[in-house]
Amino acid sequence: MAEAQVIQLHGDDPRDRSLPKDESPEQPASERPASAWERRAAAGLAFLRRRLTGEYEVDEFGFDAELTESTVLPAARQLYRKWFRTEVIGVNNIPADSGALIVANHAGGLWALDGVMTATAVHEETPDHRFLRMLGADLVFTTPVLGPLARKTGSTLACNPDAERLLSTGQLVGVWPEGFKGIGKPFSERYKLQRFGRGGFVSAALRTGAPIIPTSIVGSEEIHPMLGNARTLARVLGLPYFPLTPTFPWLGPLGLVPLPSKWYIEFGDPIETAQYGPEAAEDPMLVFELTDRVREQIQTTLYRLLMQRRSIWR
Amino acid sequence: MGSVVLITGVSRHLSSRLAGRLAADPAIERVIGVDTVPPSRADLDLLGRTEFVRADIRNPLIGKVISQAAVDTVVHASVTATPHGAGGRTPMKELNVIGTMQLLAACQKSDTVSRLVVKSTTAVYGTSSRDPAIFTEDMSAKSLPVSGYAKDAVEVEGYVRGFIRRRPDIEVSLLRFANFIGPYIETPLTRYFQLPIVPTALGFDPRLQLLHETDAIEILRLATTSSRPGTFNAAGDGALLLSQAIRRAGRIGVPVPALAVSLVGRTVRRSGMVDFSPEQMQFLNFGRVVCNERLKSEFGYQPRYSTAEAFDSFLTGRPVEPVITPSLIRSGEAAAARLLGVRPQPSTADRMVKHG
Repeated sequence: MAEAQVIQLHGDDPRDRSLPKDESPEQPASERPASAWERRAAAGLAFLRRRLTGEYEVDEFGFDAELTESTVLPAARQLYRKWFRTEVIGVNNIPADSGALIVANHAGGLWALDGVMTATAVHEETPDHRFLRMLGADLVFTTPVLGPLARKTGSTLACNPDAERLLSTGQLVGVWPEGFKGIGKPFSERYKLQRFGRGGFVSAALRTGAPIIPTSIVGSEEIHPMLGNARTLARVLGLPYFPLTPTFPWLGPLGLVPLPSKWYIEFGDPIETAQYGPEAAEDPMLVFELTDRVREQIQTTLYRLLMQRRSIWR
Repeated sequence: MGSVVLITGVSRHLSSRLAGRLAADPAIERVIGVDTVPPSRADLDLLGRTEFVRADIRNPLIGKVISQAAVDTVVHASVTATPHGAGGRTPMKELNVIGTMQLLAACQKSDTVSRLVVKSTTAVYGTSSRDPAIFTEDMSAKSLPVSGYAKDAVEVEGYVRGFIRRRPDIEVSLLRFANFIGPYIETPLTRYFQLPIVPTALGFDPRLQLLHETDAIEILRLATTSSRPGTFNAAGDGALLLSQAIRRAGRIGVPVPALAVSLVGRTVRRSGMVDFSPEQMQFLNFGRVVCNERLKSEFGYQPRYSTAEAFDSFLTGRPVEPVITPSLIRSGEAAAARLLGVRPQPSTADRMVKHG
């Protein structure tokens, strides 16, 4: 029998090479190079082992890059490619290795899928497969299961200290300043930008000198057309709104399936903030002005994309 | 003239080790340890030439000790998290808060004291879903802790701030420590991770940040022997998720629904095995991470252990027998690989092999 050859499989620690490998002779794959399937199976098992022994890294925000890359993103990619057939425009506007603030319109009625799809777009389309660190409402982090999942996939609470810390360490940060006003608006107001919070995101960008990338998402408004809002029920449940769509809650869990609209995500021309200096964050006039500029740029792009779109579905 | 150091809570784990380190330092003339209970027999050797005064810091006697010995450095390390040690919650609060008031009053009157080191906790930041992911020293809790140790610590810090205003000539180092861990220290957290079945809050996975006990002692020693005034977060780099820590320890985590958590907590607490207070239960939902930049730059200390390394040191330094051993998982992997007819990937360095 030929000497067992050691094939360095991707994804494992480089320190491995120095370790003796204990391969028992009866292992069938040791005589010939492993096929792609075998490599994948072995990598999958190694992944499971690392998960079970806790041998992975999370950052201080709780972001688990390995988990995100190997379980959440592959699932999101299916939705991104097959279900929504997403087209991305202007990916060159995302810096290759420095911090930037991606600001986008919010929609979706039931799910804020636009966040997940934008993060998938950033990871898929940037050359270095960058992660998007999203800022979420506190309701997300109070909710069991959803809260920890949001943290593990790189989200954190929408607040200036967190945003500034991420931006100053060169991360891409995603923010949806309309918040619940954006996702919870009726279908008749689709693609009409709501109020943009209090401009906190602009001051975070100013303080860190990070460029703002106004991002426009088309297709997200049609996945769960919100025809009504059961206000009383929402109040009872402690939710900001309770959506009534053609399918939800009438069809039960089936109502959670998003309609397969065609999506466009356009990363617009960056608005630089470095020239103003960090003190400018204390200048409310400038903050308002920049907030308006970002908002206007997104709104104009949304109208243009809607004009160009031939159909909701294709 | 060498300095005279007074340490409160000297019978406790960290303070006794700090006293031992200071006693070994020839630049320090006298080390006076104060506590309500005498140090354990095992710690006696370690304490060296430390002089022990059995006193309650709630008693004005403490002022006499300070003036008679001409103490110049006071290390206030007796604020405690564990009601068991102090005999229940009410005496614990008394000792923490009233004791601090008495001690600070004595320091304020003294004309020899020139430095005060206060051991506080990152629990003063509270723990909730509405908090930033990482606390810096100038942040405060969104909702003030309403009970227990965290509340005591907030009140203690309030008195310390008042003291700084009244005696600006005295250097004060306020050290906010993250959860301690290590091979020897006993805390609610170390006992928690030694339970064979570890209850967790269903649907939550908090971030933990730890500080190795040797780093904690070194930080206290530096603050005592040199001028490092200010408020500092003292915590190791990085974070671990609770689920991850449980897996690394080879424990079995059992998620318990929120309502049952307090019930289970009370039962477990009553059993005396683990001393978990309500705010620590809340801690199991959201966890807490602080920024240690100021410790590294301004204070000038880089913790030797990161959070993950400190946790490893805890696992390997004492008999924490894993319930699920890594080798069990590895053999499971090998079996599955054989079943599929593939070769398993080589594993990373056997971190926990020392469990043996």
